[in-house]
Amino acid sequence: MQETQIKPAENLAQTAAPARSRKFLIKLLIDLALIGVGIAAYFIFPDNLGFITRILIMIILVLSLDLVLGYAGVATLGHAALFGAGAYGAGLFAVYFSADPLLGLLVGAIVGAIIAFISGLFLMRAHGLTLLMLTIAVAQILQEIINKERAITGGSDGLLGIDMDPIFGIYAFDFFGKTGYLYALTVLVIVFFALKILVASPFGAMAKGIHESAPRMRAIGTPVYWRLVGIYTISGFIAGIAGAVSAQVTELVSLEAFGFALSAEAMVMLILGGLGRLYGAIIGTVIFMVVHHTAASIDPFNWLFVIGTMVLIVVYFVPEGFMGLPVKLRRWLRWQK
Amino acid sequence: MAVLSGILIDGLSYGMILFMVSVGLSVTMGLMRVINLAHGGFALLGGATAHWLTTNTDLGYYFSVILAVLATMIFAIAMEKIFYRKIYKFTELQQVLATIGITFLMIASVNFLLGSTILPIRSPEFFSSSVDLGFRTLPVHRIVVIIAGMAIALGLYILLDKTRFGIQLRAAVDNRNMASSLGINTARVYALSFALGAGLAAFGGILGAELLPIDAYYPLRYMVLFLVVVAVGGLGSIAGSFFAAIGLGIIDTAARYIVPEYGTIFFFIAMILVLLLRPQGLLGKK
Repeated sequence: MQETQIKPAENLAQTAAPARSRKFLIKLLIDLALIGVGIAAYFIFPDNLGFITRILIMIILVLSLDLVLGYAGVATLGHAALFGAGAYGAGLFAVYFSADPLLGLLVGAIVGAIIAFISGLFLMRAHGLTLLMLTIAVAQILQEIINKERAITGGSDGLLGIDMDPIFGIYAFDFFGKTGYLYALTVLVIVFFALKILVASPFGAMAKGIHESAPRMRAIGTPVYWRLVGIYTISGFIAGIAGAVSAQVTELVSLEAFGFALSAEAMVMLILGGLGRLYGAIIGTVIFMVVHHTAASIDPFNWLFVIGTMVLIVVYFVPEGFMGLPVKLRRWLRWQK
Repeated sequence: MAVLSGILIDGLSYGMILFMVSVGLSVTMGLMRVINLAHGGFALLGGATAHWLTTNTDLGYYFSVILAVLATMIFAIAMEKIFYRKIYKFTELQQVLATIGITFLMIASVNFLLGSTILPIRSPEFFSSSVDLGFRTLPVHRIVVIIAGMAIALGLYILLDKTRFGIQLRAAVDNRNMASSLGINTARVYALSFALGAGLAAFGGILGAELLPIDAYYPLRYMVLFLVVVAVGGLGSIAGSFFAAIGLGIIDTAARYIVPEYGTIFFFIAMILVLLLRPQGLLGKK
């Protein structure tokens, strides 16, 4: 009896294997192409490396937000708290202890994770509007603390005097931002693949499960609250990395790192791109920042018209975000026939 | 004593302004379940219109204020019919995105028409004079704000508790489907309360311009402030917004008088404490 039950499963695995490996190959090719685009940008836009580096850093931040908001379904408007923690962690470490970039990156990530863990302990008990407001409050309070300790942090003048050592003692951060760009790109690629593995793992499935139905996950024995704290801590680790890279590449940290505007922009980029998809975080961030940058350089006073219109068009016509566009398009084409 | 009365008077008038601007947000969020981040935009539009009317026409302050509030309300009804009807059905995050988009367009429009500088509203001379109360003098503007806030709280109480419209509104807040199956035109109730909220925001924005100056980026700058009042007061609770606004106004003012170097930290700590103890807000329903 048992043998007959196993057999169909084996057959299924055999027939599904080639299709699955082909799909895997396609996805790998897409990822490699994305990395290729990243490397190509280095050669195509040598004068805009500073701006493209900012995009890369923002992608890391939005990816970390996607883990919390897109996968686990926890709405937060205070992700800048974790970004700022990483930025000031890495910045202060560079000024007062060691200017080694990789050590600083680790410190920034750990500070982000610690702040996320501590705040997560009470944030993850809240829901809806209360949760949104509490996350905003955490970011604001951290900002005020940094502002008040101006003797150490520079307060509203920003943290100055960061002077990074060369990476591995070889690659110095140069004036044109070439090293900074490649450094940010490398970190982004590592973060992206780590997240890819994480969301495909049982842990990722658990996060999606909590998103879809927390009571059911509780019923099958998942300690939902502690898992959410865990996810938030991992997200804080990655947001901390984003902050640390930003501090190291620009060699400056300002109070804006904790700003509500940064949290809100990250959220807008993520929803624009498409929630719960790592590619959505990339596409949303790139499109938002490029449109923002272009519109602002064409008309520095009225660019908000462009951003506002883009946001409204997406939310009214493609509510799934840019990642939902291909499906929408295909459906529309079929309907035309 | 001087410090204490200063804190009370300034805190009370600050709280009244917070109340006037936020109460409409509380009603729309409680009633329509819309996270309306564009609410501050209506205060901006009211303030900007009042600025334009008082500086470019001879209508006088009072008439300009009335006209600005009415214009904002009419605009709000149009917005409700065009944009918000659809937003009601969105998920929470899409609502956030859509209302942020609307806010951007409002900011861009004011920026385009009137520039990005502060837009002062020319108020009557005697607003800036002061009254001697014996133990201290008070700026008339503060008294006007406090009286207006009290009057609006009272007016809202009467409107919601004693009139037919109030009964319909409360019924729709409690259970929209049941209310509409009882023959209440909930779409109309929605539109009217949305316009009322926008009008109050405009009025609060105009009166509060001395404390929260009006400029194009007003909605983004004070968005968090108004949301805090609503969250602490409890969604859909008018009395809750009233007490939350006054409490937070006094706490924030006291912190500014006594420990100015801490900025807004006590404001947010107060909010966290309230929300940890009562996640649904002071007077919100579970």
